[in-house]
Amino acid sequence: MSSVSLLAGAILASLVMYSLLAGADYGAGLWDLLCHGPRQSEQRHLIEQAIGPVWEANHVWLILTIVLLFSGFPDAFGALCVGLAIPLFLVLLGIVLRGCSFVFRSYFTGERRTQLYWGKVFSISSSMTPLFLGILIGSISCDSVIIHGGVSENGFLKTWLLPFPLSVGILAVSLFAYLSACYLAVDAGNAELRDDFRLRGLIAGLVSIAMAVITYVIAGSSAVGIREELSNRPVAWLIEVCALGSMIVAFRGLLLRRYQQARIAAAIQVALIVVGWGIAQYPYLIRPGITIANSAAPRNVAAAIDVALGCGAIVLIPSLTMLFAIFKGTRGVTQQEQAGD
Amino acid sequence: MNNLLAARSQMGMSLAFHIIFAAIGIALPLMMVIAEWRWRATKEEAYLQLAQRWAKGTTILAAVGAVSGTVLSFELGLLWPEFMRSAGAIIGMPFSLEGFAFFLEAIFLGIYLYGWNKIPSWFHFLSGVIVALSGLLSAMFVTLVNGWMNTPTGFVLADGKFTNIRPFAAMLNPAGGPEAVHMILAAYTAAGFATAGIHGWLYLRRGKNRFDEVAIGIALAVGGTAVLLQGVSGDALARMVAATQPAKLASLEGQFRTETGAPLRIGGLPFPKERVTKYAIEIPDGLSLLAFHNPNALVKGLDQVPEADWPDVRIVHLSFQTMVGCGSILCGFSLAAFWLHRKRRLFSRSVVRLIVLLSPLGFVALEAGWMVTELGRQPWIIYHILRTRDAVTSLPNISITFTVMTITYLILGVITTWLLGKHVIASPETRLIEKEETV
Repeated sequence: MSSVSLLAGAILASLVMYSLLAGADYGAGLWDLLCHGPRQSEQRHLIEQAIGPVWEANHVWLILTIVLLFSGFPDAFGALCVGLAIPLFLVLLGIVLRGCSFVFRSYFTGERRTQLYWGKVFSISSSMTPLFLGILIGSISCDSVIIHGGVSENGFLKTWLLPFPLSVGILAVSLFAYLSACYLAVDAGNAELRDDFRLRGLIAGLVSIAMAVITYVIAGSSAVGIREELSNRPVAWLIEVCALGSMIVAFRGLLLRRYQQARIAAAIQVALIVVGWGIAQYPYLIRPGITIANSAAPRNVAAAIDVALGCGAIVLIPSLTMLFAIFKGTRGVTQQEQAGD
Repeated sequence: MNNLLAARSQMGMSLAFHIIFAAIGIALPLMMVIAEWRWRATKEEAYLQLAQRWAKGTTILAAVGAVSGTVLSFELGLLWPEFMRSAGAIIGMPFSLEGFAFFLEAIFLGIYLYGWNKIPSWFHFLSGVIVALSGLLSAMFVTLVNGWMNTPTGFVLADGKFTNIRPFAAMLNPAGGPEAVHMILAAYTAAGFATAGIHGWLYLRRGKNRFDEVAIGIALAVGGTAVLLQGVSGDALARMVAATQPAKLASLEGQFRTETGAPLRIGGLPFPKERVTKYAIEIPDGLSLLAFHNPNALVKGLDQVPEADWPDVRIVHLSFQTMVGCGSILCGFSLAAFWLHRKRRLFSRSVVRLIVLLSPLGFVALEAGWMVTELGRQPWIIYHILRTRDAVTSLPNISITFTVMTITYLILGVITTWLLGKHVIASPETRLIEKEETV
């Protein structure tokens, strides 16, 4: 494997981690928006506890993705920043508002009304950001971003304001909501709260299935290239079958209240969806014109970054494991689960 | 407002805000760790309270700093796509390493802030140390990128394209090292004096108390040491600029004519049309001496550069004078403070009042310093290689995004300040602190 493909693989891996970790944080924001019923404040409290210690570290996966993209594939990054400037800007605004309002809400000490208002900003921006992230992924997959000499051929709106990217955007929101509900069901402290998120997980899961089907249908007219890859490549089939399998396991876990099982299976499912997209997109970074090969940095630069990534991973992986071991230990839950069984 | 000006304004505004959050994000963890270390050594309650309160400040600022840093990494591409397209591969290495440093900072900050009762105390302390160190590393890597924009190295330029790229040679460019040291010391200075000022103000309000005394002690020790070292660092940086960017040195000193035995100007106002700097106190041979350590050295003036390639001499000169002026005042005060501390007279009301009065100067110097380096490099985004106007995006109406981002940042700034006021200063009881402050 060449140093350049390795770097592209690292970018995809970073995107998978971002989806699994930060994606769930965004999903939690959506559930915060939709909190209702008698346990409303308990639900909000759970969400705050669940994402508080980890969201910043989770957010860094996006920074890593961006940094690796512009270091390894500067032409692709340049094209992305011109053609998709508007959705990128909206993602950025969402990131700023989400992060700040979360902290402001936690630390606010004045009037209750103002605090609720920060909660609204937090939950709306949490829901908006993955929509535009999905739109970005959809746009680079559907042949709409064409840049010549720093100028976008399809302008600044017709590159992304299209049925296919929008549908991918909604798919991303529903998948993150589903993932988040599966995680929160494990984190929840009591059976009623777990049931709340179990139901939400099931609903969001069903919505994401519907959105996946709709996206595939829309792709038939506007994202032909990637649809063909998804339909004809044996590797893609394998991934699709595995994703379907993990989805069934996750649903079974939710239905039978085996939350640990549901959490792991849902995470595998979402990871496979992102990986499947990456494989179907290969060798393109931005369809139709920009590929891994024609936008890559020189080989020696890519190799140097690969080495840096390897060294970084040696420090990073144990640190991350420790962070999650400290805050996401499941002792409380498993005890209660055993009692429930 | 034309697109180039709007893009430059947006970038400048984002940097000006981020640098405040980032500087505190570098320095506050160090002070927090010192406080925890003092608590571990003395078991004195005031130190623990201080560590916990500064930790809350760090949480708020780290969050705002993390998102404002993300804004910058996106804006590099959104506003300057040509810059990123041509230089992305060269500056990718320090940015990638910064990504890892940032990761460590975020991970261990999470452990430090939320783990007071969940992990052994030595490990908690160690987490704080890692946060302080990784913040320092992040600052270093990012500043190395800025150094490369000033003194681009590590490539061969062929037909306007970068070829034969050597990423580590680019990262270790001549300006990078001195700039990084200068920036890190500036962060400690700015945040140290600002923190001392806040606690000084509280000390005046609350009356004599141990809590504010130890806070002022730690903050001044950090800020004062840093500003004294800054003198050495500034000298190294100025000599580097003199050697590699003569036009920048000339504009920050208001030196229009090339001459031997150039004078050092204190204050003064450059008149670019008349090519003269008036109203300055001139120290004969001073500039030659400082820039080249030789009173008779030849200093290149702005007359060596076509006028179209001059930076805005007036703003650069004034910013530089502001930075040096603030730095000198803080140096003088630091020496006095160390002496007063030995005489045990640091906490008299008049000295504390002076601390409060001087406390914003570190941040003024920090902002002015970035104005010097960024405006002094103009009209180049990569010195003598790519012009800023050739790097800007083709996206129209940048003034709209500039307006949106400015309003957002202003609101964030006001709320952050208000929250810091509530938590670091008044420190009311909240859910988080109730569990921890069982004292």
